Amino acid sequence: MSLLFKGRPQGASDVRIGFAQSVSMFFVSHLRQALGSLGELWRQPAASIMTIAVLGLSITLPSTLYILVKNTEKISAGWEQASEISLFLKSSVSEAQSQQLLTRLGTWPEIDSLTFIPADEALKEFQHLSGLGDAIAYLEANPLPDVVLVTPVEKHATPQAARLLLNKLKEQREVDIGKLDIEWLERLYGLLDVARELVTLIGSLLFIAVVLIIGNTIRLNILNKRDEILVMKLVGATDAFIHRPFLYTGFWYGLLGGLIAWFAVILILWWMDSSIQAFAALYQKDFNITGLTGAALLTMLALSIALGLVGSLISVQRHVREIEPK
Amino acid sequence: MIKFEQVSKTYPGGQRALSKVNFHIEPGEMAFLTGHSGAGKSTLLKLISIMERPTVGRVLINGHDLNTITRRQIAYIRRDIGMIFQSHQLLMDKTVFDNVALPLVIEGYTHKETTKRVQAALDMVGLREKARALPIMLSGGEQQRVGIARAVVNKPPLLLADEPTGNLDPKLSMEIIRLFEDFNQAGVSVFIATHDLGLIARMKYRTLTLRNGQMITDGLTEDFGENWS
Repeated sequence: MSLLFKGRPQGASDVRIGFAQSVSMFFVSHLRQALGSLGELWRQPAASIMTIAVLGLSITLPSTLYILVKNTEKISAGWEQASEISLFLKSSVSEAQSQQLLTRLGTWPEIDSLTFIPADEALKEFQHLSGLGDAIAYLEANPLPDVVLVTPVEKHATPQAARLLLNKLKEQREVDIGKLDIEWLERLYGLLDVARELVTLIGSLLFIAVVLIIGNTIRLNILNKRDEILVMKLVGATDAFIHRPFLYTGFWYGLLGGLIAWFAVILILWWMDSSIQAFAALYQKDFNITGLTGAALLTMLALSIALGLVGSLISVQRHVREIEPK
Repeated sequence: MIKFEQVSKTYPGGQRALSKVNFHIEPGEMAFLTGHSGAGKSTLLKLISIMERPTVGRVLINGHDLNTITRRQIAYIRRDIGMIFQSHQLLMDKTVFDNVALPLVIEGYTHKETTKRVQAALDMVGLREKARALPIMLSGGEQQRVGIARAVVNKPPLLLADEPTGNLDPKLSMEIIRLFEDFNQAGVSVFIATHDLGLIARMKYRTLTLRNGQMITDGLTEDFGENWS
């Protein structure tokens, strides 16, 4: 409805059309502007590809790091379950006493299995593995203690639970030293935390850069269309109407950049796969790197589109307002 | 239709473009605004289309004070005013049809309605055959008529023209003025700024004359020669 002239029809809302038609007109006009923006990108392929590539590669780096962190977490999750507690018994403990200990520990619900390694056997194994051979025979007495290897049940295999169990085991009078072999695992976790922080940090910096790049590209688009914007303002276009094609341009940049990032990540993983396989083989581990899951891929695309939209939104808010007919 | 009450406009920097201008153009009236370059004609038109705001005083259209119009509402005000410019302000990379359709596209008309109205507007200015042409392929007079078709395509109650005949020879100028007369006969208020005195002299319309930002005459063309100096 016209502001100045009561009863004067203004725009489609006042021309008598049905509800369904006005809804469909809304989508038709959006679709037209969306395709129009895509067409603009198509007509300037070199410039568009550069912008899209910058956006895509900027998203590729944090995405790849994210996948590496995720995969490291996955591998280490396998190791965590295997945590094992070594109990070194006092040298004064007799064989009968150690058997008693084993029977007692066998009743504990936290413990899955026990392995007893007598001192003699341990020495033999050491002799065999160390390559010191006969030199060992010159020892007057066996310096090694009896050892009990305790494997906790799955529920008690996490670092904290295993540590509690270790403290309980240390209280047994036969036990001299107890050792939980997860300290290196904790260090790995610390490292992973740092890596995760790095992903966030690098990601944030690159995302800010992307927003600025898109914003600047859209700014140039706006300046190129200065005359057209002036004419549109003269014949009564609202700011929202003028903004829309530029926002769609930002949307397309985001979507296409996100797809490029996706392909780049797949390519990088494919390329790294053979060296990762070789590395995993050293540890006699069968390991397949997992790429982006469906949800992660959608998140990546959504993020990319959001960055494109934010960049163009900032730009149109600032620069379309500056163009006023004089 | 258009009413100025004690309107003054001083640009930043102290240049005084209009001082205490008063006039009232009735609905359905056709009037000319004239004066030397720099007398304030363009400023006056810009105050009507809210490209500038008055420093002092009120501008009213159909009784509505334009000082109360917010920035966001300006676009809707401009839909009620058909504007024609000396420099046409056409989009050179769009066809004549697309140029004329622009106000309708902005207002969200359906494709069918748009086509119907654009063709009617092009008919009125005699450019039906040129719908698919680019403005660059048209003569100056034809470009001006495309601008007029765009201004009237959404049937505004008010037409403003700033030097519409500026670059045209007398014969073409007269054709353009006849077009405005047609719209005026259909009930549209028409307000034309021009320094083409010869053109005005041939017609009997109310003429407002500005000099150094002041309204020095307001009357029929016949009186106006005496006051012009």
